[in-house]
Amino acid sequence: MSVPGSRDSLAAMPDSVATTNDGGRIAVRQAVVAILRQLGASLRDLLPVVLVVGFFQLVVIGRPLPAGIEPATLLLGIVLVVLGLTLFVRGLEIGLFPLGESLARELAERRSAVWLFVFAFALGFGTTIAEPALIAVAGKAARVVAEAGRLGDSPAAIAQFAWQLRIVVALSVGAAVVLGVWRILVGWPLPLMIIAGYLVVLLLTFVAPPTIVGIAYDSGGVTTSTITVPLVTALGIGLATCIRGRNPLLDGFGLIAFASVMPIIFVLVFGLLAF
Amino acid sequence: MLATLGATIIDVLPIIAVVFGFQFLVIAKRIDHLGRILAGFAMVVVGLAVFLVGLDMALFPIGEMMAFQLVAAECLPELADGQSRHWSHFYWIYLFAFAIGASATIAEPALIAVSMKAAQISGGTLDAFWLRVAVAVGVAFGITLGTWRIVTGLPLYWFVLGAYVLVILQTWFAPRTIVPLAYDSGGVTTSTITVPIIAALGVGLATAIPGRDPLLDGFGMIALACLFPIITVMGYAQIADYRQRRRAPS
Repeated sequence: MSVPGSRDSLAAMPDSVATTNDGGRIAVRQAVVAILRQLGASLRDLLPVVLVVGFFQLVVIGRPLPAGIEPATLLLGIVLVVLGLTLFVRGLEIGLFPLGESLARELAERRSAVWLFVFAFALGFGTTIAEPALIAVAGKAARVVAEAGRLGDSPAAIAQFAWQLRIVVALSVGAAVVLGVWRILVGWPLPLMIIAGYLVVLLLTFVAPPTIVGIAYDSGGVTTSTITVPLVTALGIGLATCIRGRNPLLDGFGLIAFASVMPIIFVLVFGLLAF
Repeated sequence: MLATLGATIIDVLPIIAVVFGFQFLVIAKRIDHLGRILAGFAMVVVGLAVFLVGLDMALFPIGEMMAFQLVAAECLPELADGQSRHWSHFYWIYLFAFAIGASATIAEPALIAVSMKAAQISGGTLDAFWLRVAVAVGVAFGITLGTWRIVTGLPLYWFVLGAYVLVILQTWFAPRTIVPLAYDSGGVTTSTITVPIIAALGVGLATAIPGRDPLLDGFGMIALACLFPIITVMGYAQIADYRQRRRAPS
């Protein structure tokens, strides 16, 4: 049996092959090849950054690294980033994506709107909490807020602020996916809804404390990344394919667009309440 | 490292609960390849922890150190007597922002896949390569504008408002099929490696430039990097559409 629609060549392999001794060896070899390919992709992601930073450091600045930055630490950090991202993305591809995509398709086919909405919310929330870029930016934001003297200096308070921020953003992405699914079901035009979202953002910007505005705007951009995009897009395309009169390419996309406006609104409201 | 590992288990727990919960309660079907799927989740947890450790060791320091070095006096033009710093003196940081935005985007695998799909739907009107260039220019321009905003200290919402107005106007005139893709192109381009560097660059810049506050001015670059690709992608589709229509009647 195969996992339908999986992009993973291993998962598509029949069980009988994978369980025999010889097949096991093939499976291991294929897993190693897949990891190495992913390693190449992570390196390709990193290469332009290393080239640009290297060029500016050597040619423009023209001096060794500033004090406090150990070349060895930097290098080890880069190695860890590449290794970590490789493991992370490959793990998603063999674990979460096949399972999540088949779930998204199956729930889209059943006509139970309640379960669909519950799933849409839970999917948006769960993927966003695990999003590495959001963990990074929320941590950075919490440290900057603490340095501005708004939190106190205790690491626990900083960690708590970062966690609250991530929960707020995850709730907003859950709400965004629910709204996006609702839009696909009723067929409302995407641009009008996005424009309405922009208007709410602008109104809130004027009443929210200025200190949260930058963080709020940025949190819209970081949510839609490694985990969220593939699963949420799969849900959207699955739904648009199942419903008559919907074009998967026109209606399937656009969920991500909601997921980048809604966090701004939620974080601005969070700022209103928290500061 | 172990503490990070403990934290990432909690990070990944919600999505694990969601997929397994729905699988057992709603779908009520046996999961094929359960062992492999569990191994995948273990890799996600470990990979996330390793990435986060590397993030603090490399990505944040890189962004901050480039911001500090490129606006240090050695990289700026000499000041004549009585002359004060003008925003145009900080050209290296603008160039760096543009270069890092463009180069990181053009090679992004997610973008390559999306642009090929978009070229397909357009039926030959759009070209996958130029679509990628449009997104890369959008990201690079957004980040550069973000650094300029931090240097000048202008309010972020002016830029976001301006970009929103442009997006709304273009939505009216751009070919209908490109609109959802253009909206999504903003989101997919911000990769897990570039986002932390850009965030650190902004905060570092707002710390290094006198008179700027990291909390008030340091954020916003990621937002601009997500908005401008929408504008450039729709702009490219409009140009391609216009050229197509001009060619068609003859």
